[in-house]
Amino acid sequence: MDAMDAVAVKPKVRVATTSLAGCFGCHMSFLDIDERLLELVELVEFDRSPLTDIKHCGPCDIGLIEGGVCNSENVHVLREFRKNCKVLIAIGACAINGGLPALRNSFDIGRCLQEVYLTGLNVENGQVPNDPELPLPLDQVHPIHEVVRIDYFIPGCPPSGDAIWKFLTDLLAGRTPRLGHPLLRFD
Amino acid sequence: MTTGTMLIDGVPVSFEYGQTIMEAAMAAKIFIPHLCHHPEFTPQGSCKLCTVKASGRYVSACTMSAKDGMEVENNTPDLNDKRRTLLQMLFVEGNHFCPSCEKSGNCMLQALAYELEMLSPRFEQFFPNRPVDASHPDFLLDFNRCILCELCVRASRDVDGKNVFALAGRGIHKHLIVNARSGQLADTDFSLQDRAAHVCPVGVILEKRKGFAVPIGQRQYDETPIGQQMDELAARSAKAEE
Ligand code: SF4
Ligand code: FES
Repeated sequence: MDAMDAVAVKPKVRVATTSLAGCFGCHMSFLDIDERLLELVELVEFDRSPLTDIKHCGPCDIGLIEGGVCNSENVHVLREFRKNCKVLIAIGACAINGGLPALRNSFDIGRCLQEVYLTGLNVENGQVPNDPELPLPLDQVHPIHEVVRIDYFIPGCPPSGDAIWKFLTDLLAGRTPRLGHPLLRFD
Repeated sequence: MTTGTMLIDGVPVSFEYGQTIMEAAMAAKIFIPHLCHHPEFTPQGSCKLCTVKASGRYVSACTMSAKDGMEVENNTPDLNDKRRTLLQMLFVEGNHFCPSCEKSGNCMLQALAYELEMLSPRFEQFFPNRPVDASHPDFLLDFNRCILCELCVRASRDVDGKNVFALAGRGIHKHLIVNARSGQLADTDFSLQDRAAHVCPVGVILEKRKGFAVPIGQRQYDETPIGQQMDELAARSAKAEE
């Protein structure tokens, strides 16, 4: 096999992505890398992701997690990613510090459910949803690093396409990913 | 005036006797990260962001006087690591959700986190429950973001002569209070003209009907990182912060 063939068969980096308690804004921002997506798919292939609709994550090189942990299902998905991904990356404010969903943390979840489904204005014959299919909400929303070990963080709400691109290309090239000014942003 | 010379990261910096390391560094346009320091007020040395190593010992640059021949380490990986850890502790202790904060882009805490490349909160979030005080017609107090720098306390007491703010409690229970029987800002003589109304480095004391007036991209720290705004930091005055 000559050198050219060796390059051609180099296995692609396998990437999985998911959104937990997030708004998909980080995924949208990911798509904001626009035509660079074509460059990216030369280097990576996608496993579980809203982009592929694969439902469970297999062994991967990189996992990107958007959103914090607000219910039991989030915890299961997060653990599945940690088990399968060599490198796990928290992307966006919600994954990193709970973000907007965590604004509910100063309210009692039981009282919230009661007010919304039972005692609230215009509620008749209400009941708190309790179908076994529904994941149980946690009492508070947590950033993902409080549940599993996280290797890298890409802050921003959402991080810009450029920030995500810089981070991923650094990582794929074997450099320490670095977001300097002005890519490092919390808002 | 007697002067001396010290070294900051190997660069000779001259100073006048009586000046702190911070004052001399500022005059020489050398950035030492800081939060509770403000050129207009008596230093109190509480945030420890300005920690430097002077002749081998960790000291607060804002309170330590410069001495002739002193060798100061400032911009080193060791010190920046420690400063980043302090920032992470400040972030998890309050509720700092930048996207919802009117001060975002103009906030010193956030700007320093960028400067020191703080990527994660690292520790567990406290998620404290601190109700806001919206009682005053012109100002909102969002205690969720208070870093206890006491700049408002110092400004209200020393400049405005009003004593509107104080810190109460000890240790982790320490918090900012409003000096009124009701505890409400509306029941004080706090006003737009107060120095204390324009000194908070984070987003606690917010003027109403002014939020998000400056578009993203044109805010104080959008274009130029805080570490390169030495003139602005030195000239922080009532005017500049309005
Ligand atoms: S309200 Fe602002 S100025 Fe006052 S102590 Fe808190 S952070 Fe400092
Ligand atoms: S700036 Fe020196 S201790 Fe806060």
